[in-house]
Amino acid sequence: MKTIIQGKAFKFGDNINSDVIIPGQYLIYIDAERLSQHAFEVLGDDFPAKLRNYQILVAGRNFGCGSAREQAATAIRGLGINAVVASSFSRTFYRNAINDGLPIIECPDLHAAVEEGDDLRIDLAQALIFHRDRHYSFPKLPDSVRGILEMGGLAAYLKTQLTSPPRP
Amino acid sequence: MGMTIAQKILATKAGLSTAEPGEIVEAYPDLVMSHTATWRSVSVMNKIGATKLFDPERLAIVLDHISPAKSEKNAADQQVSRAFARKYGIRKFFDIDSGIAHLVLMEAGHVAPGDLIVGTDSHCTIYGSLGALGTGIGYTEVTSVWLTGKLWMKVPDTFRIVLSGEFAPGVFSKDLMLYLIGTLGADGCSYKSIEFYGDSVVGLSISERMTMANLAMEMGVKCAFFPPDAKTLEYLKNRLKEPDRYHPVYADTDAVYQKKLEVDLAQLEPMIACPHEVQNTKPIGEVVGKKIDQLFLGSCANAKYEDLAIAAQILKGRHIHPSVRLIVTPGSKNILLEAAESGVFKTLLEAGGLFTNPGCGACVGDGGALADGEVCLSTANRNFLGRMGSSKAEIYLCSPATLAASAIRGVISDPREFLQDAWASARGEEA
Ligand code: SF4
Repeated sequence: MKTIIQGKAFKFGDNINSDVIIPGQYLIYIDAERLSQHAFEVLGDDFPAKLRNYQILVAGRNFGCGSAREQAATAIRGLGINAVVASSFSRTFYRNAINDGLPIIECPDLHAAVEEGDDLRIDLAQALIFHRDRHYSFPKLPDSVRGILEMGGLAAYLKTQLTSPPRP
Repeated sequence: MGMTIAQKILATKAGLSTAEPGEIVEAYPDLVMSHTATWRSVSVMNKIGATKLFDPERLAIVLDHISPAKSEKNAADQQVSRAFARKYGIRKFFDIDSGIAHLVLMEAGHVAPGDLIVGTDSHCTIYGSLGALGTGIGYTEVTSVWLTGKLWMKVPDTFRIVLSGEFAPGVFSKDLMLYLIGTLGADGCSYKSIEFYGDSVVGLSISERMTMANLAMEMGVKCAFFPPDAKTLEYLKNRLKEPDRYHPVYADTDAVYQKKLEVDLAQLEPMIACPHEVQNTKPIGEVVGKKIDQLFLGSCANAKYEDLAIAAQILKGRHIHPSVRLIVTPGSKNILLEAAESGVFKTLLEAGGLFTNPGCGACVGDGGALADGEVCLSTANRNFLGRMGSSKAEIYLCSPATLAASAIRGVISDPREFLQDAWASARGEEA
Protein backbone atom coordinates (compact mmCIF):
# COMPACT_ATOMS: atom_id res chain seq x y z
CA MET A 1 0.00 0.00 0.00
CA LYS A 2 1.31 3.43 -0.96
CA THR A 3 1.44 5.95 1.85
CA ILE A 4 0.86 8.91 -0.47
CA ILE A 5 -2.25 8.81 -2.63
CA GLN A 6 -2.78 11.57 -5.14
CA GLY A 7 -5.36 12.27 -7.80
CA LYS A 8 -8.59 13.81 -8.95
CA ALA A 9 -11.69 13.44 -6.81
CA PHE A 10 -15.15 12.41 -7.90
CA LYS A 11 -17.89 13.44 -5.50
CA PHE A 12 -20.93 11.46 -4.32
CA GLY A 13 -23.67 12.37 -1.85
CA ASP A 14 -24.99 10.50 1.21
CA ASN A 15 -26.13 6.88 1.53
CA ILE A 16 -24.59 5.47 -1.65
CA ASN A 17 -25.61 1.82 -1.23
CA SER A 18 -23.75 -1.26 -2.32
CA ASP A 19 -26.52 -2.26 -4.78
CA VAL A 20 -25.72 0.96 -6.66
CA ILE A 21 -21.99 0.36 -6.41
CA ILE A 22 -22.30 -3.12 -7.90
CA PRO A 23 -25.73 -4.56 -8.81
CA GLY A 24 -26.58 -8.06 -7.56
CA GLN A 25 -26.51 -9.64 -10.99
CA TYR A 26 -22.73 -9.19 -11.21
CA LEU A 27 -21.94 -10.89 -7.92
CA ILE A 28 -21.19 -14.00 -9.94
CA TYR A 29 -17.82 -12.33 -10.58
CA ILE A 30 -15.07 -11.64 -8.08
CA ASP A 31 -12.28 -10.18 -10.21
CA ALA A 32 -11.77 -6.45 -9.93
CA GLU A 33 -11.51 -5.62 -13.63
CA ARG A 34 -14.69 -7.47 -14.56
CA LEU A 35 -16.68 -6.02 -11.67
CA SER A 36 -15.46 -2.50 -12.37
CA GLN A 37 -17.06 -2.56 -15.82
CA HIS A 38 -20.42 -2.46 -14.05
CA ALA A 39 -19.59 -0.29 -11.03
CA PHE A 40 -22.23 2.41 -10.52
CA GLU A 41 -23.76 1.59 -13.91
CA VAL A 42 -27.33 1.94 -12.59
CA LEU A 43 -26.64 5.67 -12.26
CA GLY A 44 -26.61 5.79 -16.09
CA ASP A 45 -24.46 8.31 -17.89
CA ASP A 46 -21.76 5.77 -18.71
CA PHE A 47 -20.61 5.90 -15.10
CA PRO A 48 -18.03 3.09 -15.10
CA ALA A 49 -16.07 4.70 -17.97
CA LYS A 50 -16.42 8.19 -16.50
CA LEU A 51 -15.08 7.18 -13.09
CA ARG A 52 -11.88 5.86 -14.64
CA ASN A 53 -10.79 9.49 -15.01
CA TYR A 54 -10.69 9.87 -11.24
CA GLN A 55 -8.44 8.34 -8.60
CA ILE A 56 -10.22 9.22 -5.36
CA LEU A 57 -13.88 9.06 -4.39
CA VAL A 58 -15.23 11.58 -1.91
CA ALA A 59 -18.62 10.74 -0.44
CA GLY A 60 -21.02 11.92 2.22
CA ARG A 61 -22.48 9.88 5.06
CA ASN A 62 -22.99 6.12 5.22
CA PHE A 63 -21.10 5.20 2.05
CA GLY A 64 -21.57 1.54 1.08
CA CYS A 65 -24.72 0.94 3.12
CA GLY A 66 -26.98 -2.02 2.44
CA SER A 67 -25.72 -5.39 1.30
CA ALA A 68 -22.59 -6.96 2.82
CA ARG A 69 -21.27 -7.74 -0.67
CA GLU A 70 -17.50 -7.53 -0.67
CA GLN A 71 -17.51 -6.92 -4.41
CA ALA A 72 -18.56 -3.30 -3.77
CA ALA A 73 -15.02 -2.60 -2.57
CA THR A 74 -13.46 -4.79 -5.27
CA ALA A 75 -15.37 -3.02 -8.05
CA ILE A 76 -14.20 0.40 -6.85
CA ARG A 77 -10.62 -0.80 -6.71
CA GLY A 78 -11.04 -2.16 -10.23
CA LEU A 79 -11.93 1.30 -11.50
CA GLY A 80 -8.45 2.46 -10.54
CA ILE A 81 -9.69 4.29 -7.46
CA ASN A 82 -6.94 4.38 -4.84
CA ALA A 83 -8.91 5.63 -1.84
CA VAL A 84 -12.42 6.49 -0.70
CA VAL A 85 -12.86 9.45 1.66
CA ALA A 86 -16.33 9.65 3.20
CA SER A 87 -18.01 11.50 6.03
CA SER A 88 -18.87 8.03 7.35
CA PHE A 89 -19.02 4.44 6.08
CA SER A 90 -21.42 1.59 6.64
CA ARG A 91 -19.95 -1.08 8.90
CA THR A 92 -19.89 -3.82 6.27
CA PHE A 93 -18.32 -1.65 3.58
CA TYR A 94 -15.67 -0.46 6.02
CA ARG A 95 -14.63 -4.04 6.83
CA ASN A 96 -14.83 -5.19 3.24
CA ALA A 97 -12.68 -2.31 1.98
CA ILE A 98 -9.95 -3.13 4.48
CA ASN A 99 -10.19 -6.81 3.66
CA ASP A 100 -9.98 -5.97 -0.02
CA GLY A 101 -6.98 -3.67 0.37
CA LEU A 102 -8.85 -0.46 -0.54
CA PRO A 103 -7.81 2.47 1.70
CA ILE A 104 -10.80 4.18 3.29
CA ILE A 105 -10.73 7.37 5.27
CA GLU A 106 -13.36 8.91 7.50
CA CYS A 107 -13.16 12.69 7.25
CA PRO A 108 -16.52 14.46 7.72
CA ASP A 109 -15.13 17.94 7.04
CA LEU A 110 -13.81 17.32 3.55
CA HIS A 111 -17.07 16.59 1.75
CA ALA A 112 -18.49 20.11 1.72
CA ALA A 113 -15.20 21.64 0.58
CA VAL A 114 -14.50 19.36 -2.39
CA GLU A 115 -15.79 19.83 -5.92
CA GLU A 116 -15.71 17.29 -8.68
CA GLY A 117 -12.31 17.16 -10.34
CA ASP A 118 -10.42 18.75 -7.45
CA ASP A 119 -6.91 17.49 -6.82
CA LEU A 120 -6.34 15.75 -3.51
CA ARG A 121 -3.23 14.46 -1.84
CA ILE A 122 -3.61 11.97 0.98
CA ASP A 123 -0.75 11.20 3.33
CA LEU A 124 -1.69 7.99 5.10
CA ALA A 125 1.33 7.97 7.38
CA GLN A 126 0.63 11.47 8.70
CA ALA A 127 -3.16 11.02 8.49
CA LEU A 128 -3.63 14.23 6.51
CA ILE A 129 -5.54 15.16 3.37
CA PHE A 130 -4.32 18.16 1.37
CA HIS A 131 -6.91 20.06 -0.68
CA ARG A 132 -6.34 23.48 -2.27
CA ASP A 133 -4.61 25.52 0.42
CA ARG A 134 -6.01 23.59 3.36
CA HIS A 135 -5.40 20.29 5.01
CA TYR A 136 -7.67 17.98 6.96
CA SER A 137 -6.69 15.42 9.53
CA PHE A 138 -8.37 12.09 10.01
CA PRO A 139 -8.18 9.38 12.67
CA LYS A 140 -5.52 6.77 11.97
CA LEU A 141 -6.77 3.25 11.46
CA PRO A 142 -6.47 0.93 14.46
CA ASP A 143 -3.25 -1.11 14.35
CA SER A 144 -5.20 -4.34 14.11
CA VAL A 145 -6.61 -3.34 10.74
CA ARG A 146 -3.69 -1.36 9.34
CA GLY A 147 -1.65 -4.53 9.05
CA ILE A 148 -4.31 -6.05 6.82
CA LEU A 149 -4.43 -2.98 4.53
CA GLU A 150 -0.68 -2.79 4.30
CA MET A 151 -0.49 -6.37 3.08
CA GLY A 152 -3.00 -5.53 0.33
CA GLY A 153 -5.95 -7.24 1.94
CA LEU A 154 -7.10 -10.04 4.20
CA ALA A 155 -6.30 -12.95 1.87
CA ALA A 156 -2.62 -12.02 1.72
CA TYR A 157 -2.55 -11.34 5.44
CA LEU A 158 -4.21 -14.65 6.18
CA LYS A 159 -1.65 -16.50 4.13
CA THR A 160 1.09 -15.18 6.37
CA GLN A 161 -0.89 -16.16 9.47
CA LEU A 162 -1.41 -19.78 8.58
CA THR A 163 0.98 -22.37 9.72
CA SER A 164 1.96 -24.56 6.78
CA PRO A 165 -0.50 -27.39 6.21
CA PRO A 166 0.52 -30.80 7.51
CA ARG A 167 2.45 -32.88 5.01
CA PRO A 168 0.82 -36.14 3.99
CA MET B 1 -20.53 -0.87 35.37
CA GLY B 2 -23.20 -3.07 33.85
CA MET B 3 -23.10 -4.45 30.34
CA THR B 4 -25.54 -4.54 27.45
CA ILE B 5 -26.38 -7.76 25.60
CA ALA B 6 -23.87 -7.05 22.82
CA GLN B 7 -21.12 -6.30 25.36
CA LYS B 8 -21.81 -9.53 27.23
CA ILE B 9 -21.90 -11.75 24.16
CA LEU B 10 -18.75 -10.24 22.67
CA ALA B 11 -16.91 -10.48 25.99
CA THR B 12 -17.89 -14.14 26.40
CA LYS B 13 -16.92 -15.07 22.86
CA ALA B 14 -13.59 -13.30 23.25
CA GLY B 15 -12.88 -15.04 26.56
CA LEU B 16 -13.00 -11.78 28.52
CA SER B 17 -14.90 -10.83 31.63
CA THR B 18 -15.89 -7.41 30.29
CA ALA B 19 -15.97 -5.57 26.97
CA GLU B 20 -16.41 -1.83 26.73
CA PRO B 21 -17.95 0.04 23.77
CA GLY B 22 -15.24 1.07 21.33
CA GLU B 23 -12.93 -1.75 22.40
CA ILE B 24 -11.75 -4.11 19.68
CA VAL B 25 -11.90 -7.77 20.68
CA GLU B 26 -11.00 -11.04 18.97
CA ALA B 27 -14.18 -13.07 19.11
CA TYR B 28 -14.88 -16.70 18.23
CA PRO B 29 -18.31 -17.03 16.54
CA ASP B 30 -20.49 -20.05 17.25
CA LEU B 31 -21.69 -20.18 13.66
CA VAL B 32 -20.43 -18.89 10.32
CA MET B 33 -23.13 -18.75 7.70
CA SER B 34 -22.37 -18.55 4.02
CA HIS B 35 -25.05 -18.61 1.35
CA THR B 36 -24.68 -18.41 -2.39
CA ALA B 37 -21.38 -16.64 -1.74
CA THR B 38 -19.85 -19.88 -0.43
CA TRP B 39 -17.90 -20.61 -3.61
CA ARG B 40 -16.19 -17.24 -3.29
CA SER B 41 -14.97 -18.09 0.20
CA VAL B 42 -13.81 -21.46 -1.15
CA SER B 43 -11.88 -19.69 -3.91
CA VAL B 44 -10.08 -17.53 -1.33
CA MET B 45 -9.20 -20.66 0.61
CA ASN B 46 -7.79 -22.27 -2.52
CA LYS B 47 -5.92 -19.13 -3.47
CA ILE B 48 -4.02 -19.03 -0.22
CA GLY B 49 -3.56 -22.80 -0.22
CA ALA B 50 -5.33 -23.53 3.07
CA THR B 51 -6.77 -26.98 3.71
CA LYS B 52 -7.75 -27.10 7.35
CA LEU B 53 -10.89 -25.65 8.92
CA PHE B 54 -10.92 -24.41 12.50
CA ASP B 55 -14.10 -26.39 13.24
CA PRO B 56 -16.39 -27.80 10.50
CA GLU B 57 -19.27 -27.94 13.01
CA ARG B 58 -19.35 -24.14 13.10
CA LEU B 59 -20.01 -23.78 9.39
CA ALA B 60 -23.49 -23.50 7.92
CA ILE B 61 -24.06 -23.32 4.18
CA VAL B 62 -27.40 -22.52 2.57
CA LEU B 63 -27.82 -22.14 -1.20
CA ASP B 64 -30.53 -19.51 -1.33
CA HIS B 65 -29.80 -16.45 -3.47
CA ILE B 66 -29.96 -17.78 -6.99
CA SER B 67 -31.61 -21.13 -6.67
CA PRO B 68 -32.13 -23.26 -8.59
CA ALA B 69 -29.20 -22.23 -10.77
CA LYS B 70 -30.24 -20.06 -13.68
CA SER B 71 -27.02 -20.23 -15.69
CA GLU B 72 -24.07 -22.52 -16.23
CA LYS B 73 -21.99 -20.19 -14.11
CA ASN B 74 -24.41 -20.45 -11.15
CA ALA B 75 -24.48 -24.21 -11.57
CA ALA B 76 -20.70 -24.41 -11.49
CA ASP B 77 -20.57 -22.15 -8.41
CA GLN B 78 -23.11 -24.33 -6.60
CA GLN B 79 -21.12 -27.38 -7.58
CA VAL B 80 -18.07 -25.87 -5.84
CA SER B 81 -20.12 -25.26 -2.68
CA ARG B 82 -21.54 -28.80 -2.61
CA ALA B 83 -18.14 -30.38 -3.20
CA PHE B 84 -16.66 -28.26 -0.41
CA ALA B 85 -19.43 -29.27 2.01
CA ARG B 86 -18.88 -32.95 1.19
CA LYS B 87 -15.11 -32.77 1.39
CA TYR B 88 -15.11 -31.12 4.80
CA GLY B 89 -18.10 -32.96 6.21
CA ILE B 90 -20.22 -29.82 6.71
CA ARG B 91 -23.37 -31.18 8.34
CA LYS B 92 -25.27 -27.90 8.36
CA PHE B 93 -25.52 -27.88 4.58
CA PHE B 94 -28.84 -26.89 3.00
CA ASP B 95 -29.32 -27.27 -0.72
CA ILE B 96 -31.56 -25.32 -3.13
CA ASP B 97 -34.80 -26.82 -1.82
CA SER B 98 -34.48 -25.27 1.65
CA GLY B 99 -35.15 -21.53 1.45
CA ILE B 100 -33.57 -18.30 2.69
CA ALA B 101 -30.52 -18.96 4.87
CA HIS B 102 -31.66 -16.87 7.84
CA LEU B 103 -35.06 -18.49 8.15
CA VAL B 104 -33.74 -21.98 7.43
CA LEU B 105 -31.09 -21.77 10.16
CA MET B 106 -33.51 -20.48 12.78
CA GLU B 107 -36.13 -23.11 11.89
CA ALA B 108 -33.52 -25.85 12.07
CA GLY B 109 -32.46 -24.85 15.59
CA HIS B 110 -28.99 -23.64 14.67
CA VAL B 111 -29.54 -20.24 16.31
CA ALA B 112 -29.73 -19.98 20.11
CA PRO B 113 -29.82 -17.04 22.51
CA GLY B 114 -26.35 -15.78 23.38
CA ASP B 115 -24.79 -17.13 20.16
CA LEU B 116 -22.43 -15.03 18.07
CA ILE B 117 -23.19 -15.59 14.40
CA VAL B 118 -21.49 -14.01 11.41
CA GLY B 119 -22.36 -14.58 7.79
CA THR B 120 -22.08 -13.36 4.22
CA ASP B 121 -25.25 -11.34 4.51
CA SER B 122 -26.09 -8.01 6.08
CA HIS B 123 -29.46 -9.25 7.37
CA CYS B 124 -27.77 -11.62 9.82
CA THR B 125 -29.11 -9.08 12.32
CA ILE B 126 -32.32 -11.15 12.18
CA TYR B 127 -30.81 -13.69 14.61
CA GLY B 128 -31.34 -11.09 17.33
CA SER B 129 -35.03 -12.00 17.21
CA LEU B 130 -33.94 -15.05 19.23
CA GLY B 131 -31.41 -13.16 21.37
CA ALA B 132 -28.32 -14.03 19.30
CA LEU B 133 -25.77 -11.51 18.04
CA GLY B 134 -25.87 -11.77 14.24
CA THR B 135 -23.94 -9.54 11.88
CA GLY B 136 -22.80 -9.52 8.26
CA ILE B 137 -19.27 -9.82 6.87
CA GLY B 138 -17.75 -10.28 3.40
CA TYR B 139 -16.74 -13.55 1.81
CA THR B 140 -12.98 -13.18 2.39
CA GLU B 141 -13.63 -12.60 6.05
CA VAL B 142 -15.80 -15.72 6.13
CA THR B 143 -12.82 -17.68 4.83
CA SER B 144 -10.75 -16.13 7.57
CA VAL B 145 -13.21 -17.28 10.25
CA TRP B 146 -13.42 -20.74 8.66
CA LEU B 147 -9.64 -21.06 9.02
CA THR B 148 -8.84 -19.19 12.24
CA GLY B 149 -12.15 -19.48 14.08
CA LYS B 150 -12.09 -15.79 15.00
CA LEU B 151 -12.41 -12.20 13.80
CA TRP B 152 -11.83 -8.73 15.21
CA MET B 153 -14.97 -6.96 16.30
CA LYS B 154 -15.57 -3.52 17.70
CA VAL B 155 -17.84 -3.54 20.74
CA PRO B 156 -20.79 -1.32 19.82
CA ASP B 157 -22.68 1.27 21.82
CA THR B 158 -26.30 0.31 22.40
CA PHE B 159 -29.59 2.13 21.87
CA ARG B 160 -32.55 1.12 23.99
CA ILE B 161 -35.90 1.22 22.19
CA VAL B 162 -38.95 0.97 24.41
CA LEU B 163 -42.26 -0.01 22.83
CA SER B 164 -45.57 0.73 24.49
CA GLY B 165 -49.19 0.40 23.40
CA GLU B 166 -50.70 -1.92 20.84
CA PHE B 167 -50.74 -1.74 17.07
CA ALA B 168 -54.03 -0.47 15.68
CA PRO B 169 -55.72 -3.01 13.38
CA GLY B 170 -53.96 -3.12 10.00
CA VAL B 171 -50.62 -1.91 11.42
CA PHE B 172 -47.74 -4.35 11.84
CA SER B 173 -44.11 -4.69 12.88
CA LYS B 174 -43.06 -3.81 9.31
CA ASP B 175 -44.82 -0.46 9.62
CA LEU B 176 -43.08 0.19 12.93
CA MET B 177 -39.68 -0.49 11.38
CA LEU B 178 -40.37 1.67 8.33
CA TYR B 179 -41.42 4.41 10.73
CA LEU B 180 -38.19 4.03 12.75
CA ILE B 181 -35.97 3.90 9.65
CA GLY B 182 -37.69 6.98 8.25
CA THR B 183 -37.30 8.81 11.55
CA LEU B 184 -33.73 7.81 12.40
CA GLY B 185 -32.37 7.54 8.84
CA ALA B 186 -30.31 4.97 6.96
CA ASP B 187 -27.36 5.61 9.27
CA GLY B 188 -29.38 6.46 12.36
CA CYS B 189 -28.01 3.42 14.21
CA SER B 190 -24.74 3.02 12.33
CA TYR B 191 -22.35 0.65 14.17
CA LYS B 192 -24.86 0.44 17.05
CA SER B 193 -26.53 -2.43 18.79
CA ILE B 194 -30.20 -1.95 19.60
CA GLU B 195 -32.28 -3.67 22.27
CA PHE B 196 -36.07 -3.73 22.21
CA TYR B 197 -37.96 -3.47 25.50
CA GLY B 198 -41.36 -2.44 26.77
CA ASP B 199 -44.73 -3.94 27.59
CA SER B 200 -45.57 -4.37 23.93
CA VAL B 201 -42.64 -6.68 23.19
CA VAL B 202 -44.29 -9.54 25.08
CA GLY B 203 -47.13 -9.48 22.59
CA LEU B 204 -44.92 -9.55 19.51
CA SER B 205 -44.73 -12.96 17.85
CA ILE B 206 -41.35 -14.42 16.94
CA SER B 207 -42.25 -13.78 13.31
CA GLU B 208 -42.79 -10.08 14.01
CA ARG B 209 -39.53 -9.92 15.97
CA MET B 210 -37.75 -11.48 13.00
CA THR B 211 -39.14 -8.79 10.71
CA MET B 212 -37.94 -6.12 13.12
CA ALA B 213 -34.43 -7.44 13.75
CA ASN B 214 -34.10 -7.92 10.00
CA LEU B 215 -35.23 -4.39 9.06
CA ALA B 216 -33.05 -2.87 11.80
CA MET B 217 -30.17 -3.41 9.37
CA GLU B 218 -31.61 -0.65 7.22
CA MET B 219 -30.74 1.85 9.98
CA GLY B 220 -27.14 0.61 9.86
CA VAL B 221 -27.15 -1.48 13.05
CA LYS B 222 -24.41 -3.94 13.82
CA CYS B 223 -26.90 -6.12 15.67
CA ALA B 224 -30.36 -5.95 17.23
CA PHE B 225 -31.82 -7.86 20.17
CA PHE B 226 -35.06 -9.05 21.63
CA PRO B 227 -34.21 -10.27 25.13
CA PRO B 228 -35.34 -13.92 25.22
CA ASP B 229 -38.71 -14.55 26.90
CA ALA B 230 -41.41 -17.21 27.06
CA LYS B 231 -42.09 -16.86 23.32
CA THR B 232 -38.42 -17.39 22.50
CA LEU B 233 -38.30 -20.51 24.63
CA GLU B 234 -41.52 -21.79 23.09
CA TYR B 235 -40.13 -21.27 19.56
CA LEU B 236 -36.88 -23.04 20.36
CA LYS B 237 -38.19 -25.80 22.62
CA ASN B 238 -38.45 -28.47 19.96
CA ARG B 239 -35.87 -26.94 17.66
CA LEU B 240 -32.65 -26.85 19.63
CA LYS B 241 -31.06 -30.24 19.29
CA GLU B 242 -29.26 -30.03 22.63
CA PRO B 243 -31.50 -28.47 25.32
CA ASP B 244 -28.46 -27.07 27.13
CA ARG B 245 -27.93 -24.73 24.15
CA TYR B 246 -30.53 -22.38 25.64
CA HIS B 247 -28.39 -19.72 27.34
CA PRO B 248 -30.34 -16.47 27.33
CA VAL B 249 -28.20 -13.36 27.76
CA TYR B 250 -29.74 -10.25 29.33
CA ALA B 251 -28.42 -6.77 29.85
CA ASP B 252 -27.47 -5.75 33.38
CA THR B 253 -29.93 -3.44 35.09
CA ASP B 254 -27.20 -0.80 35.27
CA ALA B 255 -26.10 -1.24 31.66
CA VAL B 256 -25.28 2.02 29.89
CA TYR B 257 -27.29 3.02 26.84
CA GLN B 258 -26.09 5.71 24.49
CA LYS B 259 -29.64 6.70 23.58
CA LYS B 260 -33.16 5.81 24.64
CA LEU B 261 -36.17 6.00 22.36
CA GLU B 262 -39.82 5.42 23.06
CA VAL B 263 -42.46 4.50 20.52
CA ASP B 264 -46.18 4.21 21.17
CA LEU B 265 -47.37 1.53 18.76
CA ALA B 266 -50.94 2.79 18.94
CA GLN B 267 -49.89 6.03 17.20
CA LEU B 268 -48.54 4.28 14.11
CA GLU B 269 -50.17 3.94 10.70
CA PRO B 270 -49.35 1.70 7.74
CA MET B 271 -46.12 3.00 6.17
CA ILE B 272 -44.59 2.85 2.70
CA ALA B 273 -40.90 3.17 1.79
CA CYS B 274 -40.69 5.04 -1.51
CA PRO B 275 -37.92 4.72 -4.12
CA HIS B 276 -34.93 4.46 -3.94
CA GLU B 277 -34.00 4.42 -0.26
CA VAL B 278 -35.65 2.62 2.63
CA GLN B 279 -35.48 5.77 4.76
CA ASN B 280 -37.72 7.52 2.25
CA THR B 281 -40.86 6.52 4.17
CA LYS B 282 -44.32 8.04 4.09
CA PRO B 283 -47.57 7.33 5.89
CA ILE B 284 -49.73 5.37 3.48
CA GLY B 285 -52.18 8.23 2.99
CA GLU B 286 -49.55 10.14 1.01
CA VAL B 287 -48.98 7.29 -1.44
CA VAL B 288 -52.45 5.78 -1.84
CA GLY B 289 -53.49 5.47 -5.48
CA LYS B 290 -50.01 4.94 -6.91
CA LYS B 291 -50.38 2.50 -9.82
CA ILE B 292 -48.55 -0.81 -9.51
CA ASP B 293 -47.44 -3.40 -12.06
CA GLN B 294 -45.98 -6.13 -9.86
CA LEU B 295 -46.37 -7.22 -6.25
CA PHE B 296 -43.78 -9.31 -4.46
CA LEU B 297 -44.70 -11.16 -1.28
CA GLY B 298 -41.32 -12.52 -0.31
CA SER B 299 -37.88 -12.06 1.34
CA CYS B 300 -36.39 -12.83 4.74
CA ALA B 301 -38.20 -9.76 6.09
CA ASN B 302 -41.77 -10.76 5.31
CA ALA B 303 -42.27 -14.19 3.72
CA LYS B 304 -42.75 -16.18 6.88
CA TYR B 305 -45.88 -18.22 7.41
CA GLU B 306 -47.57 -15.50 9.43
CA ASP B 307 -46.91 -12.99 6.63
CA LEU B 308 -48.43 -15.22 3.97
CA ALA B 309 -51.39 -15.95 6.25
CA ILE B 310 -52.10 -12.25 6.78
CA ALA B 311 -52.06 -11.63 3.02
CA ALA B 312 -54.28 -14.68 2.47
CA GLN B 313 -56.78 -13.41 4.99
CA ILE B 314 -57.33 -10.26 2.95
CA LEU B 315 -57.22 -12.02 -0.40
CA LYS B 316 -59.55 -14.86 0.56
CA GLY B 317 -62.50 -14.99 -1.81
CA ARG B 318 -61.12 -12.03 -3.75
CA HIS B 319 -58.98 -11.72 -6.85
CA ILE B 320 -56.03 -9.47 -7.61
CA HIS B 321 -56.66 -6.61 -10.02
CA PRO B 322 -56.30 -7.66 -13.68
CA SER B 323 -53.60 -5.05 -14.29
CA VAL B 324 -51.15 -6.48 -11.72
CA ARG B 325 -49.15 -9.66 -11.17
CA LEU B 326 -48.49 -11.12 -7.72
CA ILE B 327 -45.36 -13.19 -7.04
CA VAL B 328 -45.35 -15.17 -3.81
CA THR B 329 -42.00 -16.60 -2.72
CA PRO B 330 -42.20 -18.41 0.62
CA GLY B 331 -39.17 -17.89 2.83
CA SER B 332 -38.51 -21.58 3.32
CA LYS B 333 -39.69 -25.04 2.41
CA ASN B 334 -41.20 -25.44 5.87
CA ILE B 335 -43.20 -22.26 5.38
CA LEU B 336 -44.43 -23.52 2.01
CA LEU B 337 -45.44 -26.83 3.63
CA GLU B 338 -47.33 -25.04 6.36
CA ALA B 339 -49.06 -22.83 3.81
CA ALA B 340 -50.01 -25.90 1.77
CA GLU B 341 -51.46 -27.63 4.81
CA SER B 342 -53.41 -24.66 6.16
CA GLY B 343 -54.98 -23.62 2.86
CA VAL B 344 -53.02 -20.37 2.60
CA PHE B 345 -51.30 -21.74 -0.52
CA LYS B 346 -54.62 -22.42 -2.21
CA THR B 347 -56.10 -19.06 -1.22
CA LEU B 348 -53.17 -17.12 -2.65
CA LEU B 349 -53.15 -19.19 -5.85
CA GLU B 350 -56.88 -18.76 -6.34
CA ALA B 351 -56.55 -15.04 -5.78
CA GLY B 352 -54.21 -14.88 -8.76
CA GLY B 353 -50.81 -15.29 -7.11
CA LEU B 354 -47.88 -17.07 -8.71
CA PHE B 355 -45.88 -19.23 -6.30
CA THR B 356 -42.14 -19.55 -6.90
CA ASN B 357 -39.76 -21.83 -5.05
CA PRO B 358 -38.63 -20.88 -1.52
CA GLY B 359 -35.55 -18.64 -1.50
CA CYS B 360 -34.58 -15.01 -2.08
CA GLY B 361 -36.10 -14.85 -5.55
CA ALA B 362 -37.20 -11.44 -6.79
CA CYS B 363 -35.78 -9.69 -3.70
CA VAL B 364 -32.39 -9.96 -5.33
CA GLY B 365 -33.62 -9.83 -8.92
CA ASP B 366 -33.62 -13.62 -9.39
CA GLY B 367 -36.84 -13.92 -11.37
CA GLY B 368 -39.56 -11.31 -11.24
CA ALA B 369 -37.38 -8.67 -12.87
CA LEU B 370 -38.91 -5.29 -13.62
CA ALA B 371 -38.98 -3.51 -16.98
CA ASP B 372 -38.31 0.19 -17.60
CA GLY B 373 -40.92 2.36 -15.93
CA GLU B 374 -42.55 -0.48 -13.98
CA VAL B 375 -43.57 -0.16 -10.35
CA CYS B 376 -43.25 -2.97 -7.81
CA LEU B 377 -44.78 -3.05 -4.35
CA SER B 378 -42.77 -5.45 -2.22
CA THR B 379 -42.64 -6.83 1.30
CA ALA B 380 -38.83 -7.06 1.13
CA ASN B 381 -36.38 -4.89 3.02
CA ARG B 382 -34.70 -2.94 0.22
CA ASN B 383 -35.93 -0.70 -2.58
CA PHE B 384 -32.55 0.32 -3.98
CA LEU B 385 -32.17 1.57 -7.53
CA GLY B 386 -31.84 -1.33 -9.97
CA ARG B 387 -32.24 -4.05 -7.32
CA MET B 388 -35.05 -5.83 -9.19
CA GLY B 389 -34.07 -5.45 -12.85
CA SER B 390 -34.32 -2.14 -14.67
CA SER B 391 -32.75 0.94 -13.09
CA LYS B 392 -35.72 2.83 -14.54
CA ALA B 393 -38.15 0.81 -12.38
CA GLU B 394 -39.43 1.78 -8.94
CA ILE B 395 -39.74 -0.34 -5.79
CA TYR B 396 -42.03 0.54 -2.89
CA LEU B 397 -41.91 -1.41 0.39
CA CYS B 398 -44.80 -2.28 2.69
CA SER B 399 -46.28 -4.86 5.06
CA PRO B 400 -47.96 -8.06 3.79
CA ALA B 401 -51.39 -6.59 4.66
CA THR B 402 -50.78 -3.45 2.63
CA LEU B 403 -49.49 -5.62 -0.20
CA ALA B 404 -52.64 -7.74 -0.25
CA ALA B 405 -54.97 -4.75 -0.16
CA SER B 406 -53.02 -3.09 -2.96
CA ALA B 407 -53.09 -6.28 -5.06
CA ILE B 408 -56.88 -6.17 -5.03
CA ARG B 409 -57.10 -2.53 -6.13
CA GLY B 410 -54.09 -2.50 -8.48
CA VAL B 411 -52.90 0.68 -6.80
CA ILE B 412 -51.26 1.27 -3.41
CA SER B 413 -54.14 0.89 -0.95
CA ASP B 414 -54.72 1.16 2.78
CA PRO B 415 -55.23 -2.29 4.35
CA ARG B 416 -57.53 -0.78 6.96
CA GLU B 417 -60.20 -0.61 4.26
CA PHE B 418 -60.25 -4.39 4.23
CA LEU B 419 -60.33 -4.87 7.96
CA GLN B 420 -62.08 -7.82 9.38
CA ASP B 421 -62.28 -8.94 12.92
CA ALA B 422 -59.77 -11.69 12.17
CA TRP B 423 -56.74 -9.40 12.67
CA ALA B 424 -56.29 -10.10 16.29
CA SER B 425 -56.22 -13.84 15.75
CA ALA B 426 -53.70 -13.50 12.93
CA ARG B 427 -51.31 -11.81 15.28
CA GLY B 428 -49.95 -13.91 18.08
CA GLU B 429 -49.63 -17.08 16.02
CA GLU B 430 -46.03 -18.06 15.61
CA ALA B 431 -44.45 -18.48 12.22
S1 SF4 C 1 -34.37 -12.46 0.89
FE1 SF4 C 1 -33.44 -10.61 0.07
S2 SF4 C 1 -32.67 -9.50 1.83
FE2 SF4 C 1 -33.11 -11.60 2.51
S3 SF4 C 1 -31.15 -12.69 2.32
FE3 SF4 C 1 -32.27 -12.99 0.40
S4 SF4 C 1 -31.58 -11.36 -0.98
FE4 SF4 C 1 -30.98 -10.77 1.12
